[in-house]
Amino acid sequence: MYEKHLMICGATGCLSSGSHLVEQALVEELEKQGIKDKFRLVMGGCPGFCEVGPIIVVYPDEVFYCRLKPKDMAELVEKHLVGGEIVERLLYKGPDVDVPARFYDTIPFYAKQKFNVLRNSGVIDPESIDEYIMRGGYRAFTRALAMDPPAVCEEVKQAGLRGRGGAGFSTGLKWEFTNKAPGSKKYVVCNADEGDPGAFMDRSILEGDPHAILEGMLICGRAIGADEGYIYCRAEYPLAIKRLRVAIEKAQEYGLLGENILGYGYNFEMNIKEGAGAFVCGEETALLASIEGKRGMPRPRPPFPAQSGLFGKPTTINNVETLANVPLIMKEGGAAEFVKVGTEGSKGTKVFALAGKVRNTGLCEVPMGITIREIIYDVGGGIKGGRDFKAVQAGGPSGGCIPVDLIDLPIDYDSLNQAGAIMGSGGLVVMDEGTCMVDLARYFLSFTQKESCGKCTPCREGTKRMLEILNRISEGFGEPGDLEVLDSLAGSIKDSSLCGLGQTCPNPVLSTIRYFRNEYEEHINERFCRAGVCKELFKYRIDEEKCTGCTACVRACPADAIKGEKKEPHEIIQELCTRCGSCIEKCRQDCIMITPVGSEADVSN
Amino acid sequence: MSTEVEAAEKVTGEIDLSRVDSLVEPYIGRKEMVIPALQKVQDYFGYLPRPAVEQVSKRMNIPLSRLYGIATFYAQFKMKPRGRYIIRVCKGTACHIQGSPKIAERIEDILEIESGETTDDLRFTLEEVACIGACALAPVIMINDDPHGRLTPDKIKDILDRYQ
Repeated sequence: MYEKHLMICGATGCLSSGSHLVEQALVEELEKQGIKDKFRLVMGGCPGFCEVGPIIVVYPDEVFYCRLKPKDMAELVEKHLVGGEIVERLLYKGPDVDVPARFYDTIPFYAKQKFNVLRNSGVIDPESIDEYIMRGGYRAFTRALAMDPPAVCEEVKQAGLRGRGGAGFSTGLKWEFTNKAPGSKKYVVCNADEGDPGAFMDRSILEGDPHAILEGMLICGRAIGADEGYIYCRAEYPLAIKRLRVAIEKAQEYGLLGENILGYGYNFEMNIKEGAGAFVCGEETALLASIEGKRGMPRPRPPFPAQSGLFGKPTTINNVETLANVPLIMKEGGAAEFVKVGTEGSKGTKVFALAGKVRNTGLCEVPMGITIREIIYDVGGGIKGGRDFKAVQAGGPSGGCIPVDLIDLPIDYDSLNQAGAIMGSGGLVVMDEGTCMVDLARYFLSFTQKESCGKCTPCREGTKRMLEILNRISEGFGEPGDLEVLDSLAGSIKDSSLCGLGQTCPNPVLSTIRYFRNEYEEHINERFCRAGVCKELFKYRIDEEKCTGCTACVRACPADAIKGEKKEPHEIIQELCTRCGSCIEKCRQDCIMITPVGSEADVSN
Repeated sequence: MSTEVEAAEKVTGEIDLSRVDSLVEPYIGRKEMVIPALQKVQDYFGYLPRPAVEQVSKRMNIPLSRLYGIATFYAQFKMKPRGRYIIRVCKGTACHIQGSPKIAERIEDILEIESGETTDDLRFTLEEVACIGACALAPVIMINDDPHGRLTPDKIKDILDRYQ
């Protein structure tokens, strides 16, 4: 028997902060003391709070240690694991708490969260099927096995579950279509090709709770009459793939996959297919082509995959987070519980990846209908460095930005659509006044332009033309009328592209023009980038009155473009300046200003 | 292993085709498995050498043009040898607004290569990736399997020096 369980976050966020080194140090310390056998160490799923990683949670004591360093391990072992005393120094501290917070329930980041799909992540050992079962796992599946398949579809439909991968189509309805499609061979496909830059919730679910995905797929398979499933996962997620393989092996061993499952005469075989790096494969018909071993290009619909999908057979494709919701809904009384959370049209919770210029970055799961203000200020703890919130980009390259005026917008599928963004996969990138909206639009479009598969003309050629215009604007060659051309191109691309990639890729451009038109106009008419991002459109200048001559910027400048003696105001030699921004990062007096090119008058402002 | 193979190939201009045979063996007769087959070949050689792809074409009975179509469609497949250390600069949204372009620029300056290129000594290959899912620590780069987060341009040189 173990005295305590220690859950060490082993997800990418914490790994980048060095959680593997912390684990190593912990193991060494325990071995040194000869007490390693008393403690169970699990390099497990993600508690979501990447900002304060590496994280270790100690059970059954319920203690949340964060921002750990390898050198902290000796104290943690000595004081807590041996002595039974909490190491207060390593608890969560921040401007939002008066006393160090001990566990999830007192850390403000978690206060407004509701764990549905992340219920097991960071709590169980993802490689142990027993721990999953102990938390109620596979009960929903056994219940579904005993039900009539159309009744399963109906129950999911009634719960109001909508696809979490983007468009928000009713999951139950999708299942019903496939259930009704004629044919004896059908497939379930899990879309784990999470490609939106800025979103990593699917990865976290796969790594932290792989059995929930298998169970969701099994329930779906039962409901639609499929006997085979494919999980299409990005090759960039090796840990997720490994954990899925372990989960499949265990489920086979326990008779939850294979032939005549639990004596119900139901068969199910599970396959994993690794993607090969193409964003468009997140689109369902392209994904199917890729599983079939072809170039991952979409095809026109209809026929929809529910009629003719993988290898021409009726197929249901669901995203990871959608499937993780299914066991919750299908357990006894689950649907009634599920609909209690959320808004009229959007039930349940949504996982968001909160990143950008917000204090608490990480993954959060919140009820649908929460406002942007609550996410940024309550969950996210506000903007870094006390700067002003400017906008948040929702839904990645297919979505749009939401400006500060709409900060009290409740987030659900319909309200986001109205605002010109989309729920998408749930990336939320927070921006402050240092973000240039023209550059942001250009960034997203250059991504979608590169990832356009080239099959249909509007997307292939249209995105190129739009990108050319945006490049011109950010290099200082914008012309009057550019915005109108962008607008008209965007309309044509949206209307006439073959798949979701083309139909949504103009959104970031349209929404930034809609909410930040003045910024575009400033770029075009005054050749000025106020945010100091578009390099041709601003100059750095030192405010002589504020400069104390500390030489920090002189030392930071890689181009030797700053001159000035100690304790004398410095000056930037414009001919040498590459506008790399190293100086502004180092300046503590806040005396480096962003000014328009060629306007000497602004120096005195 | 892959670097030794590449080095040997550079000298002799030959690659071990019997190795290709055994890699694609499990997939023969299953054309839908062509992507996993190419992934195996690339895992071994570090990239897709033309003679190896020709051999896959023969063994799996798939036209070379089709294999080329697939290999060039997916970003994962590389047609040229790569360095011992693959630097992946994350170009995700969070990294972008936190300054990943400046990080990439600094790496390019130090290594004197552009994104997509390999240093002459086959030490580094510089690539861009859409998102590696460590947005909370932006800007982030990966060097082989090691993530490095919360970067500023002045940290780059020290990090690169650790990979010899």
